[in-house]
Amino acid sequence: MHQIPLLSLITFLPVLGMAIILFLPKSAEKLMKIITLVVTFLQMVIAGVIWGNYNYSLGGINNEAAFQFVEKFTWIKVSGIAGLKTIKIDYFLGIDGLSAPLLLLTALIGFIAALSSWNIKESVKGYFALYLLLVTGMMGVFVSLDFFLFYVFWELMLLPMYFLIGIWGGPRKEYAAIKFFIYTLFGSVFMLLVMIGLYLSCTEMYNGEKVFTFNMISMMNPANFTADGILSPMNPHNLRFAAYIALFVGFAIKIPMFPFHTWLPDAHVEAPTPISVILAGVLLKMGTYGILRFNFAMFTDLTKQLIWWIALFGAINIIYGALCAMAQKDFKKLIAYSSVSHMGYVLLGMASLNTAGISGAVFQMFNHGTITAMLFLSVGVLYDRTHTRGLNDFGGIANQMPVYTGFVILAFFAAIGLPGLSGFISESFVFLGAFNVASLRVITIFSTLGVLLGAGYMLWTMQRVYLGNLNEKWAALQDLDFREYAMLIPLTIVIIILGVFPSLMLNLMNSSVNTLAGILR
Amino acid sequence: MDTSYFFNGLYLIKPELVISLFLVLVLLSDLIFPAAKKALPVIACIGILIAIGFVTQQFFSPVTKGFMVGKSRPMIATDSFGNYFKLLVLGASFFIVLFSTVSDEIQNSLDRIGEYYTLMFGMILGMMFMISATDFLLLYLSVELVSLSSYVLAGYLKQDKKSTEASLKYVIYGAVSSGVMLFGISILFGMTGTTNFYEISLMLRSIEVSRALLTFVTLMIFVGIGYKISSVPFHFWTPDVYEGAPTSITAFLSVASKAAGFAMLIRIIITIYTLGTASGFWLVMPFFDWKNFLVFIAIITMFVGNLTAIWQDNVKRMLAYSSIAHAGYLLAALAVMTNDGMGAVMVYFSIYIMMNLGAFLVVILISNKIHSENINDYNGIGYRMPLYSVCMGIFLISLTGLPPTAGFIGKLYIFMAILSAKMYVLAIVGVLNSVISLYYYVRVLKHMFLVKPEDKTMIPNKLSQAVLVVILAIPVLLFGIYFSPLSELAKYSTTLFGVLK
Repeated sequence: MHQIPLLSLITFLPVLGMAIILFLPKSAEKLMKIITLVVTFLQMVIAGVIWGNYNYSLGGINNEAAFQFVEKFTWIKVSGIAGLKTIKIDYFLGIDGLSAPLLLLTALIGFIAALSSWNIKESVKGYFALYLLLVTGMMGVFVSLDFFLFYVFWELMLLPMYFLIGIWGGPRKEYAAIKFFIYTLFGSVFMLLVMIGLYLSCTEMYNGEKVFTFNMISMMNPANFTADGILSPMNPHNLRFAAYIALFVGFAIKIPMFPFHTWLPDAHVEAPTPISVILAGVLLKMGTYGILRFNFAMFTDLTKQLIWWIALFGAINIIYGALCAMAQKDFKKLIAYSSVSHMGYVLLGMASLNTAGISGAVFQMFNHGTITAMLFLSVGVLYDRTHTRGLNDFGGIANQMPVYTGFVILAFFAAIGLPGLSGFISESFVFLGAFNVASLRVITIFSTLGVLLGAGYMLWTMQRVYLGNLNEKWAALQDLDFREYAMLIPLTIVIIILGVFPSLMLNLMNSSVNTLAGILR
Repeated sequence: MDTSYFFNGLYLIKPELVISLFLVLVLLSDLIFPAAKKALPVIACIGILIAIGFVTQQFFSPVTKGFMVGKSRPMIATDSFGNYFKLLVLGASFFIVLFSTVSDEIQNSLDRIGEYYTLMFGMILGMMFMISATDFLLLYLSVELVSLSSYVLAGYLKQDKKSTEASLKYVIYGAVSSGVMLFGISILFGMTGTTNFYEISLMLRSIEVSRALLTFVTLMIFVGIGYKISSVPFHFWTPDVYEGAPTSITAFLSVASKAAGFAMLIRIIITIYTLGTASGFWLVMPFFDWKNFLVFIAIITMFVGNLTAIWQDNVKRMLAYSSIAHAGYLLAALAVMTNDGMGAVMVYFSIYIMMNLGAFLVVILISNKIHSENINDYNGIGYRMPLYSVCMGIFLISLTGLPPTAGFIGKLYIFMAILSAKMYVLAIVGVLNSVISLYYYVRVLKHMFLVKPEDKTMIPNKLSQAVLVVILAIPVLLFGIYFSPLSELAKYSTTLFGVLK
């Protein structure tokens, strides 16, 4: 089982699908959709296999031997002559408890969003080709352990997102798309500088020669750094703090963290529903994953000094996001701001630096993926039928589409954090972890207000849209069809099961979170 | 007079001799067989391929001897550094000949096509001497040869007012710049008594020189170099000439002339102003602070190029400002004054040639069909000419420097060189400029793909033209994923005659 390169397969299968789609004639639209579904379904199967063969005791994080499904070989090797140094870049994939839940999430959301894309009518070939490229990029980010490879996958997502929002989006799609592109690229280029800085400061032995390396795990060990590197801990004039901030900002833009969140409402509102699902479901997690994998694991000393600030921004996200959501009149924008709010919980949990908090944070990443995906799908169902998203345009939808409303109620309550559904567990762990840290206690108490605000805007929305008397305009709406059932049911099952049996996911991440908390003690 | 040095050294300039021979052949063929216009590009391509063959042969037996005049005064240096740039220039020329056969605006003036290829060969010859000259007189002659040929080629479309205007502006600007450079060379001659790089270098080490005068002289010589590489503040000719000239010539100027200019700059700096480059660091003599000067010029070039490109509506003008910006990135890499920087410049050029030529080729092919170079007329081209638009997307994303294209690898090398030298401000300016450049490159894609065309008819491609575009697009993607061959070639080529141990 371990001889088959499962991680490469799960990452590059969509590229194969994309190549097939590009060679099909424009008229074979149904075939292209089927190919996409098959590819993403295969990804789910492979993810299942990985889950089945996962070794729960291995911690990973900073121990190369403790990573699983590792594939490592030398990809680029340029020898050095005449004063120029050797460049060696590895193709290094592997997962541990941090990336495994996100790998599962990406596979699941990739499939669900492919189902949601069934109704795309224009330029179908371009859409599905770009969609599969996007899925490759997302999967690659979570499995790569070489910083160069990570960066390539990270940037690989930007161009398909630009076109997916810009061609198939809503009225202000060009504005939203270019704003997303430039904003995210701005963060990424500073990540590039830090990547090169770390590269020039960190070495490993290769064939008896000390070469610079992009290996993320080597960068976590202070002993691997040169004495005078720009980002070496030993160097008294190092720029580690500036690099920490640069990396943090780059990832914070993706989370999105206040005040770098302004691209999100526009991107979410203007993007077509499946792309909103992917954006909220997976892309936002890359920011927090990056912070855990890079900022926390590589710069442990600086992290311990800055937890109050991280928690503060987390709390701002929670409260500010919820307040903005309260004020929205567009359904999709409301859910976009609720996304901002829920990602704040992740930041708060991370800042606690203990097992409970970080487990809560990683679990919240997974839950937010499933819950917000379900919320966006719900909006999509309504939008497909009514072509409006104004919250005041609706009323009493429950009378006309009762089954749909049932699913929506579940999603809303999961977002609020009702016990019995998965959101409750992750939010509780976050508060538990953060409360245990004396310096963060006040911030934590303040953040619990976010739960109240969340209930506020969610219940108010439910009342405005679904309850009450049926607005006569919508007297002819059809309830869910088979495809929509197929999208909503898997997410519902996951949310309910993880609500009553969270150890399915918590066990997956346990060793790695313990290891990470151990490093940060 | 002992002229044995001349005949003994002729084997060193075999590529240049081949180009000269084919220059005459093209001219004669056009005169003797005026009806056989189609044969001219074939003759040109054969000539360029033979020259490439000779350069490659020299590559594998790197003859670092110069073309000696007397005891130790070489006029040219045939070293691997020069051969690398000559390969780039010849490769670019080969593609430009192919572009000229594809471009409608050139093909519509077939009666003068003989002069076109003759002048192009003149440019190629001049560039090859620019790259390997180690004597200021030969350098100036070759710069003038390139400039004069390009003045005429820029004005090749006689009926087009913009082309004539471009040519005139180019002549005036070029003449002044060359004149200032010549004045600087003459003062240097007055100071040192010689025009040979190696002897000047020796003289500067041994005699008393007035630092102010030497700074003045270097600045004057840089006027000529800066004009050739389009760096600010010597860039004002670039937008008008690029817009007015036939697009094939624009592509040639943007790529080959810039490469030759940079090779010239690097050779002058290393040969005259440094004591040696053995450890990788260039030991620059303290007469002229090249490092800070180049940092300053690089920063203003990057900003002027990128910020002005945002406002352009003509695609060629936008690409002109983008090429100014790329000159800025290259100068930034050079400013670190190490072999890393030089290697980065060389790798970047090989990638830059592919992506810039590709972008200009798509502009030619689209202009053939819609007869416009205005960005607003590109609306919806993505749906009518999908293959070219997708390839244009690849080229523009590569020019921005995003993975997984080769342009990212070029930028990676540049930033690695800059950060190795701990020049943080330059690095931050460089990445900020990359973000700024995204806007105007993606604007073209926005018009192509995000705007639906009014007229939805598909425009058919000719297979040969489509193959040409794809031949340029595939390496841009491939080298983004596996770039070892490029780097190995560049690293092997950092030997300059008489300087590197």
